[in-house]
Amino acid sequence: MKVDRRSFLSFVIGGAAGTALSPLPWKLMDDSSIWSQMWPWTPVPPDGEVVYEASTCSLCPGGCGISVRKIDNRAVKIEGQKGHPINDGGMCMLGLSGLQLLYGPTRIKSPMKRIGERGEGKWQKISWEEAIGLVTKKLTDIRDKGEAHTVAAISGSDKGTVPALFKRFMTAVGSPNFMCTPSRQFADQLAVNKLFGGAGYTGFDLENADYILSFGSGIADGWGAPVRMFKVCSHWKEKNIPVVQIEPRLSNSAAKASRWLPINPGTEADLALGIAAVMLSKNWVEGDSVSGLRKWKKDLLAQFDLQQVAQITGVDADTIVELAKGFAKANRPLAICGRGKGQKAESLRETMAVYALNALADNLNQTGGMWAISESDYIDWPDVRPDKLASESLRQPRFDGAGSGQYAEARYLASRLAQGLEGDGPYPLQMLMVADANPCHELPDAKKVQAALAKIGFIVSFSSFQDETAAMADLLLPNHVYLERYEDVPVGAGLPQPAIGLTKPIVSPQFNTRHLGETLLALAKTMGGGIAEAFVWDDYESCLQETLADKWDTLMEDGVWVESDVDTVSNSVKLAAVNQPGVNAEGDPSSFPLLLVPYDSIRISSGYIGDAPFMIKTVADTVIKGKDGFVEINPQTASAAGLSDGDLATLTTPRGAAAVRVHCFEGIKPGVIAMVQGLGHTAYDGFLAGKGVNINELIGPVEDPSSGYDAAWGIRAKLAKA
Amino acid sequence: MKHEQQHNPPMKYGMAIDLDKCTGCGACMVACMAENNVPFKEDESNKLDSITWIRVYKLTNDKPYPDTDICYLPRPCQHCEGHGGHSPCVSVCPATATDYSRETGIVSQIYTRCFGCRYCMAACPYHARYFNWWDPVWPDGMEKYLNPDVSPRMRGVVEKCSFCFHRYQQAKDEAYLNGERRVSEAAYQTACTQACPTGAIVFGDLNNPDHRVHQIVQPDPKNGNKSRNPRAFRLLERLGTNTKVYYLSSREWVRRKGDNYLEHEKTGQVAKAHH
Repeated sequence: MKVDRRSFLSFVIGGAAGTALSPLPWKLMDDSSIWSQMWPWTPVPPDGEVVYEASTCSLCPGGCGISVRKIDNRAVKIEGQKGHPINDGGMCMLGLSGLQLLYGPTRIKSPMKRIGERGEGKWQKISWEEAIGLVTKKLTDIRDKGEAHTVAAISGSDKGTVPALFKRFMTAVGSPNFMCTPSRQFADQLAVNKLFGGAGYTGFDLENADYILSFGSGIADGWGAPVRMFKVCSHWKEKNIPVVQIEPRLSNSAAKASRWLPINPGTEADLALGIAAVMLSKNWVEGDSVSGLRKWKKDLLAQFDLQQVAQITGVDADTIVELAKGFAKANRPLAICGRGKGQKAESLRETMAVYALNALADNLNQTGGMWAISESDYIDWPDVRPDKLASESLRQPRFDGAGSGQYAEARYLASRLAQGLEGDGPYPLQMLMVADANPCHELPDAKKVQAALAKIGFIVSFSSFQDETAAMADLLLPNHVYLERYEDVPVGAGLPQPAIGLTKPIVSPQFNTRHLGETLLALAKTMGGGIAEAFVWDDYESCLQETLADKWDTLMEDGVWVESDVDTVSNSVKLAAVNQPGVNAEGDPSSFPLLLVPYDSIRISSGYIGDAPFMIKTVADTVIKGKDGFVEINPQTASAAGLSDGDLATLTTPRGAAAVRVHCFEGIKPGVIAMVQGLGHTAYDGFLAGKGVNINELIGPVEDPSSGYDAAWGIRAKLAKA
Repeated sequence: MKHEQQHNPPMKYGMAIDLDKCTGCGACMVACMAENNVPFKEDESNKLDSITWIRVYKLTNDKPYPDTDICYLPRPCQHCEGHGGHSPCVSVCPATATDYSRETGIVSQIYTRCFGCRYCMAACPYHARYFNWWDPVWPDGMEKYLNPDVSPRMRGVVEKCSFCFHRYQQAKDEAYLNGERRVSEAAYQTACTQACPTGAIVFGDLNNPDHRVHQIVQPDPKNGNKSRNPRAFRLLERLGTNTKVYYLSSREWVRRKGDNYLEHEKTGQVAKAHH
């Protein structure tokens, strides 16, 4: 059959018209819309046998016992471990969010080296051999020039085997510059040393106390071991125990206390000493365990006049007498300090004043009292014998100045890092290694720290997460997260009995990461010579098992080991200097009329670990709205500044400025403004990055004159409508 | 021989939440999200579309500084019984996607039946129901933690707190396997109750005098199930929703916040039955 043009056209047109008139196109359209709706957008989680495995949470210093629900090699849910001595089944939201950190997109998935500009985020995946080789080469080059002291390390902690291996590695290499991020722990240790005359730290038997004075401690905001504290709060409620919360802001802790006592921020030590003066002048002091009391009393009463204390603190004289009476007359009174989560540095003056109150109430090392616990380290390794190169470098002064001169009493002064890098330091730094710390976000004056770190030639980050400091690094050697590794977790955190927890690998490593302990052992091995000799263990696990010795079996079985027979530093306190020098807020009140203080929220992680998506989700829209962070202000102060609730404003401090929104809240002292810690991340993912303001960029370090530790508790500020 | 099959006496699962103990830590919210595969978005600061089966509200006493006081109030689905199972949401659902169980007293939500008309959301006086405006998206790798006992929801459906019903089903299966007729108090607890570090949330069968929740609440069936505990109140109690979540507070201003009281009205009244 011949197909001519005419019949071809009529066939095509006829066919098209026929198809259009038929239900076919409509049917197809309908089907495709159904198919696209039926697409399995929602995952179907695979089923399987359920098992529970016990471990320890190490996301905060609390050391809670966890029970992880697993299906095959999948961790499905983290729950609290029933019967655990610290949390007995309870959990906080950070611990509950652990799986979002484990499986989250912010993990660093393999060792990587920087290929773009610093901070540009261009990385190349490399093998572990190459990564170890790069560090070894760098370290060897620096050491061969006799400059091993120009290597520094920042760690989130100095307790436990992994920080100990890190510190040991630094010593073996020849660097005196192992640092910890600032924490109240160091002021606490110093205060114990000065008062009790020995190395140790404090613990508080809050469960058995019957009158509590809390100088700003976040008893319901994450102080110490947070879950233990929540339980203690309930216990106090049930027993009707008077709890006085002294702080300028109506925090959750203040709301849970039986009494909220607003105070002028930064005058807590004055109030504590004022209370002590009242107790002494009225002869309400037992003080059997106090030596030097007579002179101390004389000096104190000479310096502290009740009316004057009332004026300084903003707490009226009658109330101070009432507190002194309540505290002195209670059977087992207890005073605690450490603002908010108690993770930030605090002045020695404040710490010693509060501990002196406990000494005057005669509640030391007993039920319901304050315990001075000996620093007994279960890590008992033979000393490192540094080789020739290392010994020479170890004779150099520390970069941060800690341990000598005016800073003789300080252990680590990471807060002086930026200043040192900008020319104040004894020498330039060539290399920095960072583990479990995020100095670019958590150190005071964070922006300046970030700029200063750019001056260091080579930065190695061991972080598991893409945090701000990892973004600045040249080499990433990611650590396993706590659910993938064995590690000992020594728990101080204000517990009256020291405890050690053990994290266990619940799931196999999700990515090409390596245990920091293994990385350090591998580094030592490739460095060879005296460095390799300092590390006798084949692998981290055998090191851990050997170190824990007789505790290992208990830890493997129960997951936690608690010291039943607490070794105390001393049962008596020597009160010498009444009044340590105080620490004032930076800035001139005439140009900065307001006082900005940071506050802690249990819903916002403020240390090395960034907030998980679940946690950010629970944050109120008066703390974050869209990307904007809020500053809390008394409505009276706000209206005087021409601001109303929700307004955009510029917050300026001597250290920087930020755009914020205003949240009017009656529960804050007029003239004081407060902002939460832990926001304003630039790294991590869209769930966290860019939300709110990092208050550490607005507050700089203020050195405690008695130790050199950072003791900034706030800064002068001003707010102007934007 | 005559076999007589007996029904279990009906249960009425409910909660008592002690607001004197609640610290507002929010562990209940996250425990719930992790247990029930609740999705999350980059921006969750618009609380109207932020899915939180249990949400912790912050109440203030509206007094100026320094007499200000705050109190946190966790709000799961209140599992209203209404009068004879007529919960506000159940009565309006055209798809029978939500139902009141006379066996457990739990208000269910069947996602595959729901077609997203949101009548139930309009009917619910407690904002306990949430609409999925978008399909849930878990960042790459994070779907690994999803719980197979709770199906993830798709866009276009309403979801809400189920009192962790899947846990009840498991506990029931286990009880039958062990030859028991009834689910014990310890065998069935919700994720929020389990996680709460303060012990503020107590969950159990309000009909069972052995359960702690019954002992705390002491419901009075002759008086609309009003609690005999002087510290207890329910949210919008006078609406007659006959909820099964009881709150406890020793502070009068908190109890007053539980309903829209006029100035002269006293707290602690209860609705009269109306049909």
